Amino acid sequence: MAVLQSKQDALQARLSGLQFAPGGWLGAARSEALRRVTAMGLPGKRDEYWRYSDPTGLNATDATPVDLFDPLDEPAPFSGVDRLKIVFVDGVFDASQSDALALEGVQIEHLAEAGRADIHWASALYGVLETRGQSPVQRPLAALNSAFAAQGVLIRVTATPSKPISLIYQHKTATSDAMLHHCVKVESGAEVTILENGAAAARLSHVMEVDVADGARFHHIRAQGRAHLRQAITHLFARIGRNAAFKSFTLTANGHLTRNEAVLELLGADSVAHVAGAALGDGDFHHDDTVFITHAAERCESRQVFKKVLKNGAVGVFQGKILVKQGAQKTDGYQISQALMLDDDSQFLAKPELEIYADDVKCSHGSTSGAIDETALFYLRSRGVPLRAAQSLLVLAFLAEAIAEIEDEEISDDIRQRLQSWLARHEH
Amino acid sequence: MTDLDLEVRDGVDRETIETVAAMSGTYKYGWSTEIEMDYAPKGVSEDIVRLISAKNEEPEWMLDWRLAAYRRWVQMEEPSWAMLNYPTIDYQDQYYYAKPKSMAVKPKSLDEVDPKILATYKKLGIPLKEQLILAGVEGAEEAGERKVAVDAVFDSVSVGTTFKAELAKAGVIFCSISEAIKDHPELVKKYLGSVVPQSDNFFATLNSAVFSDGSFVYIPPGTRCPMELSTYFRINAENTGQFERTLIIADKGSYVSYLEGCTAPKRDTNQLHAAVVELVILEDAEVKYSTVQNWYPGDENGLGGIYNFVTKRADCRGDRAKVMWTQVETGSAITWKYPSCILRGDDSQGEFYSIAIANNAQQADTGTKMVHLGKRTKSRIVSKGISAGRAQNTYRGLVSMHPKATDSRNYTQCDSLLIGDKCGAHTVPYIEVKNNSSRVEHEATTSKVDDDQLFYCRSRGMDEEEAVALVVNGFCKEVLQALPMEFAMEAQSLVAISLEGSVG
Repeated sequence: MAVLQSKQDALQARLSGLQFAPGGWLGAARSEALRRVTAMGLPGKRDEYWRYSDPTGLNATDATPVDLFDPLDEPAPFSGVDRLKIVFVDGVFDASQSDALALEGVQIEHLAEAGRADIHWASALYGVLETRGQSPVQRPLAALNSAFAAQGVLIRVTATPSKPISLIYQHKTATSDAMLHHCVKVESGAEVTILENGAAAARLSHVMEVDVADGARFHHIRAQGRAHLRQAITHLFARIGRNAAFKSFTLTANGHLTRNEAVLELLGADSVAHVAGAALGDGDFHHDDTVFITHAAERCESRQVFKKVLKNGAVGVFQGKILVKQGAQKTDGYQISQALMLDDDSQFLAKPELEIYADDVKCSHGSTSGAIDETALFYLRSRGVPLRAAQSLLVLAFLAEAIAEIEDEEISDDIRQRLQSWLARHEH
Repeated sequence: MTDLDLEVRDGVDRETIETVAAMSGTYKYGWSTEIEMDYAPKGVSEDIVRLISAKNEEPEWMLDWRLAAYRRWVQMEEPSWAMLNYPTIDYQDQYYYAKPKSMAVKPKSLDEVDPKILATYKKLGIPLKEQLILAGVEGAEEAGERKVAVDAVFDSVSVGTTFKAELAKAGVIFCSISEAIKDHPELVKKYLGSVVPQSDNFFATLNSAVFSDGSFVYIPPGTRCPMELSTYFRINAENTGQFERTLIIADKGSYVSYLEGCTAPKRDTNQLHAAVVELVILEDAEVKYSTVQNWYPGDENGLGGIYNFVTKRADCRGDRAKVMWTQVETGSAITWKYPSCILRGDDSQGEFYSIAIANNAQQADTGTKMVHLGKRTKSRIVSKGISAGRAQNTYRGLVSMHPKATDSRNYTQCDSLLIGDKCGAHTVPYIEVKNNSSRVEHEATTSKVDDDQLFYCRSRGMDEEEAVALVVNGFCKEVLQALPMEFAMEAQSLVAISLEGSVG
């Protein structure tokens, strides 16, 4: 099928601002990715998959400059957690702020360096899961990232490390345009927690490909930066083996445009995939969670829990899909997307889909949206709780189901703290 | 026939499986009537549009309207977003107009209609005599004077409408749309295309160009239609598309319940059916529209069957207007149908109840749109999809709350039941909420028969089979109960045999 000229034109304009780096196994993977994105063109406003979010800013040749954001006195996320820090400033690795890349049970390498070799374990992952994720829905921005990302880490987990690996993204230049691509391979029986936080850049394109082997466990907790005008497109691709677990939680507060895509495949029996998100937006905020979970094996469980708090014209989008393939019997799929709209200007747009080809399954999805429950508010106030405190309490209660998806208590406390201070700053 | 030896899962009653499987095998309406027909040449062109218009003796404005639609249609592309797979339709390989020869001169009354046609309807259980009740509706006598007026559409033409005189006494106009264009041009001009515009979508536009007949209803202000109205569509001729157009106008404070049924003979080739139904509902008026769609579904290998592409839309134009769509979709090889409600008036209400059963190679992509524009508007969607054999059944729906539709409510429930491991059940809802005082709730489940419910029933002393019957029965009940009594008979013969057959 001929790709629409407008999509090709957008791609050509975008390519003009990018540098292609050949050489090594990575160069080969990048050429393949370039071929993929060239065949697709960039997403257009009329694409069904971009029905509710406008990709124009993500397609643009240059990032729209963004004033640097002062977090005031709020400590950076996860600062109280013992972790191995890897810092990127405007999308470029900063050795001076990072810890030594040494942790027992884990090998961590830089993408650019490891990519020069002829053979590397990551060549079986880089761009490979992204390619699998291109069907049935095209994700050209992910392929573009695979073709041009120069920075990222390759993490191979062979045993369970003593602490989480923390990727910190600092935004220090108003015009920065970052492209990061990480690969994580969790070997059989190992367990790892990856933390990510920070605004990263004026515009961020982020891909993480995760291979969770049989019996392995992967935890991912992300706090996206609070800068108001930043734009981000992120993709999480995961392949999940037998008896394995994949759990990801994302907190998004503010941001002009954030689209978080998760494409997960349950390929082995008895596995679990959970994705959750809490998003808070006030004013110029467009937040899009797009999730595609494929059940290709028996007795797997998947959960999608997405909660959005919206005010002053903020827009929340949820596109979630559960695909149960033939033979994936005893699947348990659960999906909930909810929006709490604090005033009349906000919008919630949702498309929660089920596509099911097996009969012995239990799949459900629910979606609700509405204002704060007046009766609950009245009850709290009648018990002497001041209006604002009562509202905050109800908002936190609303978000609780998503936060409950974080297993580590120390980390979930940190996230809860952040939600509270956001609410305090954006009093209704 | 679907493989009856297929493993019966725990909790799914064998009889349920067999009866669902048997449904297409025992398509009761698959016979055809030998009747001499007058065909227009095959294919569609401006000439065919002119010919249809001329056959119906239409005024100039109607022809212009059709031609405008046709000219748009040739520029449009067939939509491909539905989860339906079917070979490319050759729109030039169909007859767009087929009229029984005996209808060359329009019969003045039903007595003059070709007895073969009357016999066809009789065989279908649709008596065209003005009798009090439809045959077989028990208890109707006690219910008093329950009457149903019928407009019978045979291929491209309406063969007759019953109870016209009695309805006229109440001021109700019930006739074929071709008559309405001649006799009530002011109403048709004002409302035709006002709900589904000429170029609304590919199939509706084609219909606007080539519709041959259909029903027209006008209920005057403050009138409760003295009886239920119904249209019975029969496709008889081979290779013929049926394009009917229904227009119902419920003026201020009026009420009408309208029933629609459809069948077609078994044929090896696919036949096209592209209908448009427009409901205009003014202040305080209420329309109930019920459909039992039982077009020929094709055989167990997917050979033949009707391609059913239907655009149905209700416009609740006045405040406190109400509409209720109820559909039982069991037929057709392909179903593409989304009866919708535009809730424009403040406090208007829309309801959609649907049972879609797809078996063998059938594919159904059906659902509804609830567009909330007025304040305090309410809508409710209850959709039950059942898939068996190799069938694919998709619910596709939209709930949209516009910024001005404050304090509105929607509740959506769509449940799917799968019988067998070769079929598919899909849910594609779109939810768009643009104000915060409205509440939107959407729930969907896909399952086999629930074990907890079974356990509960069994713990109360029921045997396995009884328990399953009760649970499966309950799965469809909400929708069945929304059907008017006159349809209970037909709906039961379609759904009850498959899902409630094991009761008792």
